[in-house]
Amino acid sequence: MKVFMSGNEAIARGAYECGVTFASGYPGTPSTEVIEEFSKYDGVYAEWSPNEKVAMEVGIGAALAGARALVVMKHVGVNVAADPLFTVSYTGTNGGLVIMTADDPSMHSSQNEQDNRNYARFAKIPMLEPSDSQEAKDYIGLAFDISEAFDTPVFLRTTTRVSHSKSIVKLGEPAPREDRTEIRYNPDKYVMVPAKARARRVEVEKRMIRLKEYAETFSENRIEMNDPDTGIITAGMTYNYAKDIYPDYSYLKLGMVYPLPAELIKEFASKVKKLFVIEELDPFLEEQIRSLGIEVTGKIIFPYTNEFDPGIIEAAMAGSSSESRQFSLPPIPARPPNLCPGCPHRGLFYVLGKFDCFVTGDIGCYTLSFMKPLEGLDSCVCMGASIGMAHGMSKALKEKGKGRVVAVIGDSTFIHSGITSLLNLAYNKSHAVVIICDNRTTAMTGMQEHPATGYTLQGDIAAQLDLVELGKTLGIRNVHVVDPFDMKTTRKIIKEELSTEGPSLIISQGPCVLLKKERKRKKKPLMIDTEKCTGCKLCLGLGCPPIAWKRFEDMKDITIPKKRKNQEGIAVIDTALCNGCNLCLQLCKAGAIMEVSGNE
Amino acid sequence: MSNSNGVRSILMVGVGGQGIIRASDILSAVLMKSGFDVKKSEVHGMAQRGGCVSSHVRYGKKVYSPLTRKGDVDVMLSFEKLETLRYLDYMRSSGVIIINEEEIYPPSVNLGEAPYPHNIEEIIRKYFNDIHFLNATKLALKEGDRRIANTIMLGALSPYLDIELDTWEDVFRTDFPPNVAEKNFSVFKMVRNQFSENKNLIMQ
Ligand SMILES: Cc1ncc(C[n+]2csc(CCOP(=O)(O)OP(=O)(O)O)c2C)c(N)n1
Repeated sequence: MKVFMSGNEAIARGAYECGVTFASGYPGTPSTEVIEEFSKYDGVYAEWSPNEKVAMEVGIGAALAGARALVVMKHVGVNVAADPLFTVSYTGTNGGLVIMTADDPSMHSSQNEQDNRNYARFAKIPMLEPSDSQEAKDYIGLAFDISEAFDTPVFLRTTTRVSHSKSIVKLGEPAPREDRTEIRYNPDKYVMVPAKARARRVEVEKRMIRLKEYAETFSENRIEMNDPDTGIITAGMTYNYAKDIYPDYSYLKLGMVYPLPAELIKEFASKVKKLFVIEELDPFLEEQIRSLGIEVTGKIIFPYTNEFDPGIIEAAMAGSSSESRQFSLPPIPARPPNLCPGCPHRGLFYVLGKFDCFVTGDIGCYTLSFMKPLEGLDSCVCMGASIGMAHGMSKALKEKGKGRVVAVIGDSTFIHSGITSLLNLAYNKSHAVVIICDNRTTAMTGMQEHPATGYTLQGDIAAQLDLVELGKTLGIRNVHVVDPFDMKTTRKIIKEELSTEGPSLIISQGPCVLLKKERKRKKKPLMIDTEKCTGCKLCLGLGCPPIAWKRFEDMKDITIPKKRKNQEGIAVIDTALCNGCNLCLQLCKAGAIMEVSGNE
Repeated sequence: MSNSNGVRSILMVGVGGQGIIRASDILSAVLMKSGFDVKKSEVHGMAQRGGCVSSHVRYGKKVYSPLTRKGDVDVMLSFEKLETLRYLDYMRSSGVIIINEEEIYPPSVNLGEAPYPHNIEEIIRKYFNDIHFLNATKLALKEGDRRIANTIMLGALSPYLDIELDTWEDVFRTDFPPNVAEKNFSVFKMVRNQFSENKNLIMQ
């Protein structure tokens, strides 16, 4: 049967077909759907772990027990998981262990653009890279075969375009596999104390030699001979972009991007006149090919940054863009993503934005509050950074920092990597205030459960982490819970805690509007009485999508009485978009905002 | 209307929450059912609502790239007026542009800091001949369900594709629950018929 699937759906399917029964991961665009889709198949175990390091360790355990285990994360997740990763390369895996890393060229939804192919070389782990959904499905099976045959973890690397684009996939049926799980002791392999690790270190190099030999005949490293004038070495999605523009050139398409097949590359190079390496991000293939003594054209014409498309490749190869029509257009206002109407983060960050504080931020929906008009946070580095940064900043500033440093962190992010930093605040006597923006879900990546929601990936009831008790246990004496939809009280508590000695923890509890149970409880939308609005623009300061400014001069047919001398217009609410959170109503001094009455 | 290797490209653009991804899934299913190789890809920022969304759907005998080169789009289906401008450079000069008249204000317009361009139609007409307008959002509300707007947009697109009505029907019936399928398909047919005749459908 043929179906239309995204790369991520295909990876989940491929894992199921090749007998994977175990998957762990932490959400992160563009990797998230692999775990979600995989968990729906019969007879498999899948979990959201609290972070990528834990997910990796869970996967290592499952593989050592003999299972085929898949561990899934976005590119930056591998940074978090790097510690176990580098040493599981020494221990080997017993069962199959495949780590999917989803890179994000162009940073569509990421804070950096790191090229995780470098991890393959760094950790001495082979890496496969599919170019479409069919290959994504096929390569996951090949990756497990390699893992088991060579007793090594294997990377499957995708990019956003492979993970999220859809193409046609031929489905197979899951092959029956015997259960190979059992407890196997092997201290020489699994206890990586220096004496044992030194021995394994040598094995790793031997394995690399065998893998290099294997790469020479690996079926997915293939030469497509055509016009011998121009040869292109490429892998992953860029293969498709290049084929789209230059179907008649010759190609060496690499399905395995580490280690490289040196002899095959030399053979291809000898068959073509001019050789190009086309790859997004780092000159990873190019530098290795150069080191074989082969002259290639690569980053001297192709960009280092951003994802490619057929036009970018054509422009680089031709030295200019062939068809770029010029239009004279008016300025097109940008359309950045925004907090939803009714989002619990809005009230909190409206309040925070008015304090004279440095707000160390973190990653999640709430990061969007850095934008105008909220301007509610001042930094964003990586998941979990906010709390440690706030502590460091407040210590360095000493008296100057008192009452002026706040950390904000989402609930999922806090669990991911904020707990140990909060402990540090108590331990090292910080004065920073930490606010957990607890919206009861991992919203940014599409509403995944986590340990504080009380539900598992499958929606089963689980032990629910109590954030208040946790804070106290870690040694934070001042712990408060606030409702961010009540801005007055939220402001009061933050103010009090900023002037209190020692660290404080404030948990801002308001459920995400996109949560299904919340949507059912939809509140009445609000409207603005045009007769009463004084045009003061206070409500616009919330940056709420349904609230818009209308200038008198743009209103042709209607005349609205001016309430103030210099009034230039009024604010209006698009009631179809409003979720009735009442924040604007709390701000309006003219009493112009009210619930829509009746069934309007 | 296709590039050298016989691939046609359709670009759907608009704002998050308008049902563009769903519409491009339906279109892809219809094309696949008609025997084409199909690839599709969205470009959007973070998962949040309210940002720009664009979806490339490419089909032909063999499709490599899921992204279209600028200047190669055959038909643009624009769900929001302003967004049309953002993607004009993707259009082939002979391409067709179908525009939903809905205006959704970006944050800077809401704040009164930037104007929403008022002469969008005039600008596009300077560069393209084959452009058509409809108010899918209004029509959907008239039909009693805002969410049906994307089906209306597909109805307007369908006369430009050589696809049997039966294939569309099959896909609607497998992709939606029965009563929803009925409603969507009947609205689809109505728009398809009207659009085949006069190619402009401005519902008041
Ligand atoms: C190491 C790492 N893993 C995953 C991600 C992807 N990611 C970005 S924000 C986020 C979690 C957001 O959840 P939460 O902290 O609860 O905030 P919310 O979006 O719900 O406001 C995730 C998983 C990342 N950026 N870095």
